[in-house]
Amino acid sequence: MAKILAVDDSASMRQMVCFTLKGAGHDVIEASDGVEALKLAQGQSVDLVLSDVNMPNMDGITLCKNLRQLATYKFTPILMLTTESTGDKKMEGKSAGATGWIVKPFNPDQLLTTIKKVLG
Amino acid sequence: MSIDLSQFHQVFYEESYEGLDAMEQGLLEMDIEAPDDEVINTIFRAAHSIKGGSGTFGFNQVAEFTHVVETLLDEVRSGHRAMNQSIMDLLLISVDCMRSLLEELQAGDDPDLSQAKDLKSQFESILNSDSEPAESASDGGDNSGGDAVEDNNDTGGKGYHVHFVPEVTLLQTGNEPTRMFRQLAEICDNQMEVVCSFDRMPSLTGMNPEHCYLSWDIKITKAIDRHEIDEIFEWVIDDAEVIITELSGDADSAVNSIEAKSIDSSTPQVETVVEPVEQKEIASIVEQKETAKDPVKVKTKSSPPESSSIRVSIDKVDSLINMVGELVITQSMLGQLGQNFDISRVQRLQEGLAQLEHNTRELQESVMKIRMMPISFVFSRFPRLVRDVSRTLNKKIDLVLSGENTELDKTVMEKIGDPMVHLIRNSIDHGIEMPDVRASAGKSETGTVELNAFHQSGNIVIEIKDDGAGLNKERIHQKAIENGLIDESTILSDEKIFDLIFQPGFSTADAVSDLSGRGVGMDVVKRNIASLNGSIEVSSETGMGSRFVIRLPLTLAILDGQLVRVGEEIFIFPLVSIVESIQMDDTAINKVGGHSDVLQLRDEYVPVVKLNELFSVNIEETAVDEKIIVVVETEGEKMGVVVDELLGQQQVVIKSLEENFKKVEGISGATILGDGTVALIVDVSGLPKMSGTSVKQIESAHKAA
Repeated sequence: MAKILAVDDSASMRQMVCFTLKGAGHDVIEASDGVEALKLAQGQSVDLVLSDVNMPNMDGITLCKNLRQLATYKFTPILMLTTESTGDKKMEGKSAGATGWIVKPFNPDQLLTTIKKVLG
Repeated sequence: MSIDLSQFHQVFYEESYEGLDAMEQGLLEMDIEAPDDEVINTIFRAAHSIKGGSGTFGFNQVAEFTHVVETLLDEVRSGHRAMNQSIMDLLLISVDCMRSLLEELQAGDDPDLSQAKDLKSQFESILNSDSEPAESASDGGDNSGGDAVEDNNDTGGKGYHVHFVPEVTLLQTGNEPTRMFRQLAEICDNQMEVVCSFDRMPSLTGMNPEHCYLSWDIKITKAIDRHEIDEIFEWVIDDAEVIITELSGDADSAVNSIEAKSIDSSTPQVETVVEPVEQKEIASIVEQKETAKDPVKVKTKSSPPESSSIRVSIDKVDSLINMVGELVITQSMLGQLGQNFDISRVQRLQEGLAQLEHNTRELQESVMKIRMMPISFVFSRFPRLVRDVSRTLNKKIDLVLSGENTELDKTVMEKIGDPMVHLIRNSIDHGIEMPDVRASAGKSETGTVELNAFHQSGNIVIEIKDDGAGLNKERIHQKAIENGLIDESTILSDEKIFDLIFQPGFSTADAVSDLSGRGVGMDVVKRNIASLNGSIEVSSETGMGSRFVIRLPLTLAILDGQLVRVGEEIFIFPLVSIVESIQMDDTAINKVGGHSDVLQLRDEYVPVVKLNELFSVNIEETAVDEKIIVVVETEGEKMGVVVDELLGQQQVVIKSLEENFKKVEGISGATILGDGTVALIVDVSGLPKMSGTSVKQIESAHKAA
């Protein structure tokens, strides 16, 4: 069972993601923006970070860059939840150190299938 | 595992409405010439979240529409498109459109898409008007999630060969080749061979321990969907050389030759042994795929959620928990005391009870606070209103808001919105003059409407002030005579004249405009406010403007009451409505017009009613001068109510009679007293009507006499 940090400013998305992950037996920590996520991340290590891209205060790309600076997050899988399936957003994520992405809209099953790729 | 997405719908709706409000507010405060980046970002994020959420939760109509809105906003955000008035207008209409789509969906109806379609084509024509953004307009709608790899559903006849050479920094992105191979093994039931190559391995001194120098050749010998392999390598395709070739009859040689090569060059051969994957896991994936087919289906299962919810700040909840904690301590203290109680401990019992009372009151206050919300929830809809109305009328108007953080009960808030809309429309329509008229009157061309809210002695006061022409006294007077509200000889104070506008069927507007005068008059405003136990006053000065003041109780659930006794019954008057209470003096009471009693209160005549007669309560005949007259005021009229005795004052929790029994004239509700008896709360505003006495009737009767 993995420990997952889920970051999204939208409460409904966060709820859906958390509910799905918890239902699959994972341990979930929630944050509503990059700043909060970074603060939570500093105190502990997690097995996976799922982050939205567009968020107030600190967006997902910046969060990703910052996490990669932390020793404990050097190799941690970081997946971006994005509606922007255009190449440049993905490249931006990749160059910030993101592992991959999940394109919104996705349903709980797609989410679980995708995170399987990086947990294990 | 199947998850019912409808459980998140309520949160999605609430959050989307909030997002739409934020968009609207952002658009309204945006300076078209030089839009603030943060404002545009906020608007964009709101649209983006609504799109993401509606797509996820199966509201594809909303998602599709929001997509074009978002695309346009993204162009503005990235500086590819300049903001202009027509885009702004279009965006504002779209906010309305999205809101109504969501409302229809929430109500469980099929949304009316005609407006959305129309708006969407307008967006598309803007988006296509220059070539630059055309590319981004076409993306995003698909949810396949992979445009990096092209869709290819071919099934390889015999299998595949994958040549995988990652960049050395691959691990730093969190991608892990062994995980990818394990997944490959899952989809091909372990029918694969992996050969690792050390060609790129540097000497030990030149090695960076965090880099990946290995590369792999993978032979898959099962006929699977090519797309599944693409998916596994999707995230690394830009950081690696990935060549996937289909195995034909003789393609086996590809791997063989590599194997041969690696042996030839006498580098040690390492095979990554792939662990067998549990059959169960594969089965569960297949199952998931099947349940995932139709996201829209989920929607139909959900019944339209009716329950409304409120957001409460953590502080309020914390203080509540704290309060309950104290209550528990007091309870256990009293419990202990009760176990071996003797008379010597009465003192401690009393202290404990006092503590309990204190706790209860605090708890009650805290709970009430939960229902309290800042009035900005109501105020926030007015900038848009003012903007729209003033544009329709070609007037220039500034709206000034203050006291937005003043809190009031949610129920009161929900009901005060409409009356306020009406008052503000009136101020703009009838109050503020056209720019040229204002200029010639020596005023600034731009009129000002001010909204203010503050707390005052247990009430919330809302002021609506404009600097327009003010109420036209002569015209109101004349109109009132025409409508038969007053007769020509009546001379009224300014205040009384202004009050006439709240009479039913009164309108001074010369023409019924599109905005006000749609049959909903000020009388309705007044009635709505009165139904909230509130009051409204108007003052005005010609040429300077008008000012409406609404006073409302902070909450409808609790009332400061004055308990009175009539015979055996106890009635409650709202404390706010009581002007004074006096000892009954027979000489001060006069009979007017045969039936009605009037009290001469200093230089005023006040009608008097007996509560026992009104509510048919049997009382013992006592001396007149032992009775008490409670003078109450409602809608500017005073009235004396005869009761037997004044009891204490206390806060009472209002229970609705209508809900639990039926509507009773003259009674606004009931409460349960400390001893368990039910006491009725007198509807002071209904008394004059019920008793058939009012100042006006008395005044005319008095004049006649």
